[in-house]
Amino acid sequence: MNGYAMKRNGAFACLLLFLMAWTGPAFAVLPGEALPDPALEARARALSAELRCMVCQNQSIDLSDAELAHDLRLIVRERLKAGDTDEQVLDYVVSRYGEFVLLKPRLNVRNALLWGTPVLILLAGGLFVVLMAGKRRKTRPETLTSTESAALDEILRR
Amino acid sequence: MVEVGHFALVLAFALALVQSTVPLVGAKTGDERMMAVAGPVTVAGFAMVALAFAVLTISYARSDFSVANVWENSHSLKPMLYKITGTWGNHEGSMLLWVLILTLFGSLVAIFGANLPASLRATVLAVQGWIGTAFLLFILVTSNPFVRLSPAPIEGQDLNPVLQDIGLAIHPPLLYLGYVGFSVCFSFAVAALIDGRIDASWARWVRPWTLAAWAFLTGGIAMGSYWAYYELGWGGFWFWDPVENASFMPWLAGTALLHSAIVMEKRSALKIWTLLLAILTFSLSLLGTFLVRSGVLTSVHAFATDPSRGIFILCILMVFIGGSLALFALRSSTLTPGGIFHPISREGALVLNNLFLTTATATVLVGTLYPLAVEALWGEKISVGEPFFNLTFGPLMVPLLVLVPFGPLLAWKRGDATAAAQRLMTAFAGAFLAVLVTLLFVDKTAVLAALGVGLSVWLVLGALTDLAFKAGFGSVPFSTMLRRLRGLPRSIYGTALAHLGLGLTTLGIVGVMAFQTENILAMKPGQTAEISGHVLRFEGMQPVQGPNYTETRARFALLGAGGQVSGEIVSSKRFYPVRQMPTTEAGIRTMGLSQLYVSIGDETSDGSLVVRIWWKPLVTLIWGGALAMMLGGAVSLFDRRLRVGAPSKRQRPMPKGAETATP
Repeated sequence: MNGYAMKRNGAFACLLLFLMAWTGPAFAVLPGEALPDPALEARARALSAELRCMVCQNQSIDLSDAELAHDLRLIVRERLKAGDTDEQVLDYVVSRYGEFVLLKPRLNVRNALLWGTPVLILLAGGLFVVLMAGKRRKTRPETLTSTESAALDEILRR
Repeated sequence: MVEVGHFALVLAFALALVQSTVPLVGAKTGDERMMAVAGPVTVAGFAMVALAFAVLTISYARSDFSVANVWENSHSLKPMLYKITGTWGNHEGSMLLWVLILTLFGSLVAIFGANLPASLRATVLAVQGWIGTAFLLFILVTSNPFVRLSPAPIEGQDLNPVLQDIGLAIHPPLLYLGYVGFSVCFSFAVAALIDGRIDASWARWVRPWTLAAWAFLTGGIAMGSYWAYYELGWGGFWFWDPVENASFMPWLAGTALLHSAIVMEKRSALKIWTLLLAILTFSLSLLGTFLVRSGVLTSVHAFATDPSRGIFILCILMVFIGGSLALFALRSSTLTPGGIFHPISREGALVLNNLFLTTATATVLVGTLYPLAVEALWGEKISVGEPFFNLTFGPLMVPLLVLVPFGPLLAWKRGDATAAAQRLMTAFAGAFLAVLVTLLFVDKTAVLAALGVGLSVWLVLGALTDLAFKAGFGSVPFSTMLRRLRGLPRSIYGTALAHLGLGLTTLGIVGVMAFQTENILAMKPGQTAEISGHVLRFEGMQPVQGPNYTETRARFALLGAGGQVSGEIVSSKRFYPVRQMPTTEAGIRTMGLSQLYVSIGDETSDGSLVVRIWWKPLVTLIWGGALAMMLGGAVSLFDRRLRVGAPSKRQRPMPKGAETATP
């Protein structure tokens, strides 16, 4: 086969359609996995939704059918059975796989900007709006001049 | 044959160069003949790209494997529909679709913009020409779909099976009509900056394009969401995947633009901000194109191994975003600020809308790009996924949604919040009742979910309240009210429909997130499974041979109260031998507004089948609400004053009895 085309094919990995990101049918939690204690199982499911399946594209282990996700789900449940808190379970998984495994990044100095953005933008934007409103009230007359209102009427009539 | 397409594409590039320059020189020197070049050249450019696109489509329909692109993405056994949609189911073809839609919008501006001021029209088309030039060059240099193979292979490599679905026929074209539609707003903004002139009529010219692009993008995102829902097999409707975010960011910014353009049109205020939003919205579309096309999302390293395309788009991105923002910085001070208003007014409400939507856009943007930044700066990999966005985006939306019903009820310039609140008493009572009903009859512990239901009902009733009071509810006899309701401008209906749709979508999301139930089990034929009061009996498996796949179908009977069969659900797995890939075809049965969703897994060693069943209450409202939003955009688009092609000088007769509705 033409070598050029073969090389090209490799570059197809990323298509616009996000469907492409998943290469197969997902089949996550298997019937035998669930813990008998419903409260513990609920915690296990909540934790699973926060852990990334390392071999998948942006998928939590709760949703993935990959072998690795299956193993990780079992590890989470084992730790819970052993009496770990949620935080201890996450720490344990992070110690084995690194922070990449967390779908919700930790709040630390490196991630400050990530978590801070919504608050910062909202505050800065709100402050800007208030300042602009104050500035306008001082510098601008309350009513339109006659030429302005005539121009506006003209525009609205069009 | 294929060379005709290639040649047409080169011609389109040459025409785009003319379109980019000649009209602009004409606009600067006041040369009418040079300005008049813009229209015909734009339309001719569109015709050339359309020809190239048609040629590629025909190559796909005929399975001409001498074309590398067809060989890589098609197969002779594929059904005809997927052969044709496969044209844009790959990088090269989808970029060609992108440019096709870009030139289509340019032509529409040329055709419907006959009553724009000549210099503005020429400048707008020239800016469209710049974008066209850049992307045509990109296709010709790095992503040519017309490359031949010799000798021609006997058989193609087939399209990714996940894409062999009706969704591919609808989702990308709609999405691109939205994405690329915002280029018109961008071009108008840049033209206004070049001209140094901007007024309320500018907003009136731009608004129909914003509305059209927004409506298409809404439909495209909703369609993509439903496609993922039924195709991926675990029933999720939104994953906060970077590629989804890439389309969601322009939607958020576009929604803000849509609203700020109203203020600019009606009150001549927020001019500079609206210009900036127009630039930012299309910049986010470009960013989305870069993120998806460059492969940078999979990994910074994947980007580095084949960087030619990525770097090319990155250059386009920098030139257009950087250039337009620099132009904005230079020229925006020459624009005079417009009308003033009291904080409690329609304008004030729309400013708040913009504040929340902009913050939400920034949050999604930072969340999407942060892993790239961390990897580049610290060399570490982190993930930003659904739990992050649920925690940040969610709380940002709540105050916005609470405030939505107030906006349309406030008067321009100086509103009366108390009066608006009084008018909304019925809506509030309805929402309160919905919270109580949810707590008492559905789940006593689900306080947050009940509040979510209340919020949705608040939005729906709020939208209806607006219509009722604009028709004079409470102050005129019922018959007069009905007559006035008929006479209301369509944009009022558009607003109400879109806000109502927002409420429905919210209700659907709350319903699924809070009340979805799930049953995972291994079943043998004859066994039954129960979920939320519905009983399913597994009837058995049967193999089916498709045109280019083999399929295993699992049939489930839906049992009624007396044990009689009241329906059937078929869930299947397919295997596509050419790509060696499996897919799932979920079994979905719609019951009222809710759905029963069945997905099958592997057979276990003892011969039973792993089955996953969900009961998804109110799930159809997620997309139904989006359709209502889209419809609202369309209705508003056909409002008299906003018809595509901008205002005519003709005197407009006031509809009788619509005084209350026209501020």
